[in-house]
Amino acid sequence: MTVKTQFQEIEGRNGRYLALLGGLAVLVGLGLLAALMKGTHGHHITGMNNQVVWGLPHIFAIFLIVAASGALNAASFASVFGRVSYKPLARFSGLLAMTLLIGGLVVLVLDLGRPDRLVVAMTHYNFKSIFAWNIVLYTGFLAVVAVYLWFMMEKRMNRFVPIAGYTAFIWRLVLTTGTGSIFGFLVAREAYDAAVLAPLFIAMSFSLGMAVFILVVLATFIGTERPLGDLILRRMKNLLGIFVIGVLYFVVVYHLTNLYATRLHGVQSFVLLHGGIYTFLFWFVQIGLGSIAPLVMLFHPVWSQSRRVIAAAAGLVIVGGLAQLYVIVIGGQAYPLQLFPGQEISSSFYDGVVAGYSPSLPEWMLGIGGVAFAFLLLALALKFLRFLPTSLADDKVDPHAAARADDTATTAAARA
Amino acid sequence: MSTDSNAPLSRRQFISGAAAAVAGLTIAPGVFLLKPAGAAGSTEGPRWGLLIDTDRCNKGCTACVDACHEEHGVHSLGRPETDAQWIRKVELHDPDTGHNHSLPVMCQHCENPPCVDVCPTKASFIRPDGVVLVDKHTCIGCRYCMMACPYKARSFIHEALTNQKPHSPRGKGTVESCTLCVHRIDRGDHTTACVEACNTDGHGAMVFGDLNDPDSTIAQRLREQGSTAIRADLRLNPAVRYQGI
Repeated sequence: MTVKTQFQEIEGRNGRYLALLGGLAVLVGLGLLAALMKGTHGHHITGMNNQVVWGLPHIFAIFLIVAASGALNAASFASVFGRVSYKPLARFSGLLAMTLLIGGLVVLVLDLGRPDRLVVAMTHYNFKSIFAWNIVLYTGFLAVVAVYLWFMMEKRMNRFVPIAGYTAFIWRLVLTTGTGSIFGFLVAREAYDAAVLAPLFIAMSFSLGMAVFILVVLATFIGTERPLGDLILRRMKNLLGIFVIGVLYFVVVYHLTNLYATRLHGVQSFVLLHGGIYTFLFWFVQIGLGSIAPLVMLFHPVWSQSRRVIAAAAGLVIVGGLAQLYVIVIGGQAYPLQLFPGQEISSSFYDGVVAGYSPSLPEWMLGIGGVAFAFLLLALALKFLRFLPTSLADDKVDPHAAARADDTATTAAARA
Repeated sequence: MSTDSNAPLSRRQFISGAAAAVAGLTIAPGVFLLKPAGAAGSTEGPRWGLLIDTDRCNKGCTACVDACHEEHGVHSLGRPETDAQWIRKVELHDPDTGHNHSLPVMCQHCENPPCVDVCPTKASFIRPDGVVLVDKHTCIGCRYCMMACPYKARSFIHEALTNQKPHSPRGKGTVESCTLCVHRIDRGDHTTACVEACNTDGHGAMVFGDLNDPDSTIAQRLREQGSTAIRADLRLNPAVRYQGI
């Protein structure tokens, strides 16, 4: 028995929706203002400098790009792995993937020293640069997912959905490999230069994308008062837990491998033992709050039944992911370059010292503006196109499972 | 008869000459500006480099740094963390032996430059004579080259600049580094501002020359006395070599 999923635009006329649009538009405006300020005054108004050249905007951008790839999880489970229960969410998942990626790219572009030269980046390619490859991967992802959505939403094209689904799934794996390789290919910096960063970023995309997706699904269905059953939520929270374990696995592999190499003891002890804010973020936020706590919450037999707990766990995974990116991106640059291994080095150009960095207000504005832009696009798209199923009640998601659950309940009631 | 046979030839000469002139004029601004002096565009041409004898380089002497920054109009804007530095004096201390060194570090003009590899728009490029430069017209300011450079040789321009030198174009939002005084090389000066200053005001610790010319002073000294590259383990084959470290 299959259930025909009904999709419907959201009404989008009530005060709550308009307030949401208004709030997001204000945040987008603040982000644009930050970009304008940076363009006028230069990057000295940010916390970035000649030591820490990539800052908070890059953390937001990478977060959005990685989460975009992971937001496609639900669609992939339906089209690639044949999980019918995810099928009603496939369109929504594709849409979220696109808007998150657009948000991330906007932040990345607006942080360039010369964002006005975007056309140069589109016309001058250095194919040895992983950055140039990523430009192709990102724009290609948008195109592939757009076609995927079209195939899903256009009845005549439905039979091609599996092909598009497979293409999008492979593309998102390559995309996250490319994002991780931005750091993995940097031979000069000790915190990077590791092939394991590529699978680590893939694992992060699964967990961060799932965390964002769970929160967005909860918010959207509660906000639009559409039924949302526990069945799909339970499956997603279990997967989120597995993905968090996956990330932890690669984090352990990365650090153990590096701890084995004597030449990397300096940078490892910096992150793990005495790196100040970076050590705190690693142990307390990334591992404690962002990994262990959500795992307990997601797999606790009683707590994990609560939607609030699931939402809180997803939120903590996101906070942990941001901390992880902060440690990788900023921590990796703050640790001084080893020009002369084994020697103490000093200069007027901050050689040999841990570089200082504190994000400025314009950086927060730009980063949050990018997130707001992603959700503004999402909110608008939901109003004008049929992305959202009318119901995710258990019997609509998986009638067999729902029936089984009913049977169990009936039997239990009869026994009682 | 002879006039007849010569006429087509001179016509051909004229046409080919004119064509060359037109082609030259059309692409002259880019080509002539970047044309390496005497470079054949192959491995047979020169490869410019520096040799720095750290035993002669004195702690506290910044003649090379001052001269470079004066030559290229690189001035402090009062914000040390974002101020550009094309060349800097680095102090080294060996904690095991107590030995101290002082030496200048700038773009090492690698044969296999990571900055060129990672640049998405090919704004970071290497000339046939080995000079690594940033094309200020195509640099989008992504700073990936700064992430990739093992020598911390590059600076990002964090604010608007004034009083720039015509031979050293610089601009807000782009990345820059030591050009090996490419304007001097192309002029045929055969020296750089830092080397010149080191020889006149400093301690004669720096030599500039053609690494590919076996008769040049730099090539002879490298051959006879040996040298070290910073981060030689990365196998980037920098054109800046050091002695005494």
